[in-house]
Amino acid sequence: MSDATLDALYQEVILDHNRRPRNFHPMPAASCSADGKNPSCGDQLTIWVRVDGDRVAELSFQGIGCAISKASASLLTEAVKGKTRTEALALYETMHRVFTGLETDTAVLKGLGPLRALSGVSKFPMRVKCASLAWHAFKAALDGAGTVSTESGAPTPVS
Amino acid sequence: MSTGPLAPRADFPLLAASPDLVYLDSAATTQKPAVVLEAIRRYYTEANANPHRGAYALAAAATAAYETARHRVARFLGVADPDTLLFTRGSTEAMNLIATAWGRAQVGPGDNLVVTRMEHHANFVPWQQLALATGAEFRIAELGPAGTIDLEHLASLIDARTKVVAFGHVSNALGTIHPVTEIVRIARERSAGGAPLGPGLPPGALLVCDGAQAVPHLRCAVDALGVDAYAFSGHKIGGPMGIGGLVMRRGILEAMPPYQFGGDMIEWVEDRTSTWNVLPHKFEAGTPNVEGAVGLAAACDYVERLGLDAIRAHEVALTAEAMAALGAIGGVTLFGTPDATTRSGVVSFAIEGVHPHDVATTLDVAGVCVRAGHHCAQPLMRVMGVPATVRASFWVYSTSDDVARLAQAVRETQARFA
Ligand SMILES: Cc1ncc(COP(=O)(O)O)c(C=O)c1O
Repeated sequence: MSDATLDALYQEVILDHNRRPRNFHPMPAASCSADGKNPSCGDQLTIWVRVDGDRVAELSFQGIGCAISKASASLLTEAVKGKTRTEALALYETMHRVFTGLETDTAVLKGLGPLRALSGVSKFPMRVKCASLAWHAFKAALDGAGTVSTESGAPTPVS
Repeated sequence: MSTGPLAPRADFPLLAASPDLVYLDSAATTQKPAVVLEAIRRYYTEANANPHRGAYALAAAATAAYETARHRVARFLGVADPDTLLFTRGSTEAMNLIATAWGRAQVGPGDNLVVTRMEHHANFVPWQQLALATGAEFRIAELGPAGTIDLEHLASLIDARTKVVAFGHVSNALGTIHPVTEIVRIARERSAGGAPLGPGLPPGALLVCDGAQAVPHLRCAVDALGVDAYAFSGHKIGGPMGIGGLVMRRGILEAMPPYQFGGDMIEWVEDRTSTWNVLPHKFEAGTPNVEGAVGLAAACDYVERLGLDAIRAHEVALTAEAMAALGAIGGVTLFGTPDATTRSGVVSFAIEGVHPHDVATTLDVAGVCVRAGHHCAQPLMRVMGVPATVRASFWVYSTSDDVARLAQAVRETQARFA
């Protein structure tokens, strides 16, 4: 593995969101929330979602984790905001394809905007769980599931 | 100050095939010397048959290979009676064997089990679960300063109703070498009001020591330690995975019910009852791991040829170098005791502002293998107030160059995340 793959993993966007996570606070007015846990590395985060009608109006998160899990959560809170429930769930599916390297359609990848920075993780199988943690938690919040773990009970990534 | 390899890299086929690889995760598992691989190959090409079962010469050769290996490993560990060395899959199975076979028979409501905050999950969860299953109380001895166990607190937890005191010989997370003799003295004294462990045995708690991280680095002299049970894993000392052992006092093993049932462990099977084979077979149900035992015996030969004193000196030198090199980098926190002579070849650290998993990934790309995580010691990580640490660990093939590459990679990681 080369420094270039490492550069692709830790792109400036990722490092920036790791240093200054966006929407990094609890949300007392949330409609739902869920905890995500990655037992193999001890990562833990909570995601809060405020739903307005059919729209995801606002998201926030808090927790401890590596740069990848933190940046992924931070990017999620910005990217999903304003989407309809259906759009948000479709993005959840797409992101799993991105993390596992299955999404190769350049048009789709371009359409992801800043989220595309997370695609570098596909070259690091050990880190896919870090990137997907927030997305599992987000889906669990929408589903009203409460807690997800990357080791058990987590929705299986689409493959 | 420069430390070369104690054992030539060429002795280890995996390392020889990857000259640039810096393998600093020997506390998780060691690389395997060619002599171990060769011993396993020789067993399968010259002596493979089901031991203890066939009447033909080849089966006798397999039996001899297995039992000779037991004698070899017992001698290596300073165990005079080889029948008290049971082969298991490793330390984990050894602990489960005691907790199941001895624990379920001996522990009940009103009793208590004492462990320490620093234990590997393998020496923590079996006792926690035994307590839950039997209604016994589960007690945890807390930490003292700089990666030690608070012996006063430990003493205060032990009483006449303490059935088990389980503690590590060497911590896998911090490398601390624990004062086993002192712990044994305290535990015997404090639990002396209890019932005898068996005829002619001391009264009180069963003293269980987890030697997984000690056997590769120290001359363990298990009989002389004064514990009642001692567990270890072969793969941490150059042997193959899937073999390890449990040393336990003969009187306790003889009185203890079996752990698993099946072939080899029986003496006689009637329609409704059975009787048990003698030690050690009573605790080794089913076809044994002969290749594992043979490989482990070869690993003992290899380690003894290098010399345990030389191994220890080598690791102390490298550990001191690593602590100095990493400690000199701003933003790096070292965990555990600052004195390299009181720890095994383990250096646990954190880089301010960079999560251990990001450190492990960046180091991996630089060709440096380290462990990042909770090291199967979540109860310890919780009180240390960190989710995880980065751990570099050394063995006989490690060198000053490895330490320098580690330090360099740590600086590059900091630059990337600055
Ligand atoms: C201190 C300690 N105890 C127990 C174990 C468990 O050993 P094994 O997984 O070989 O059974 C380990 C190894 O990870 C260890 O470091």
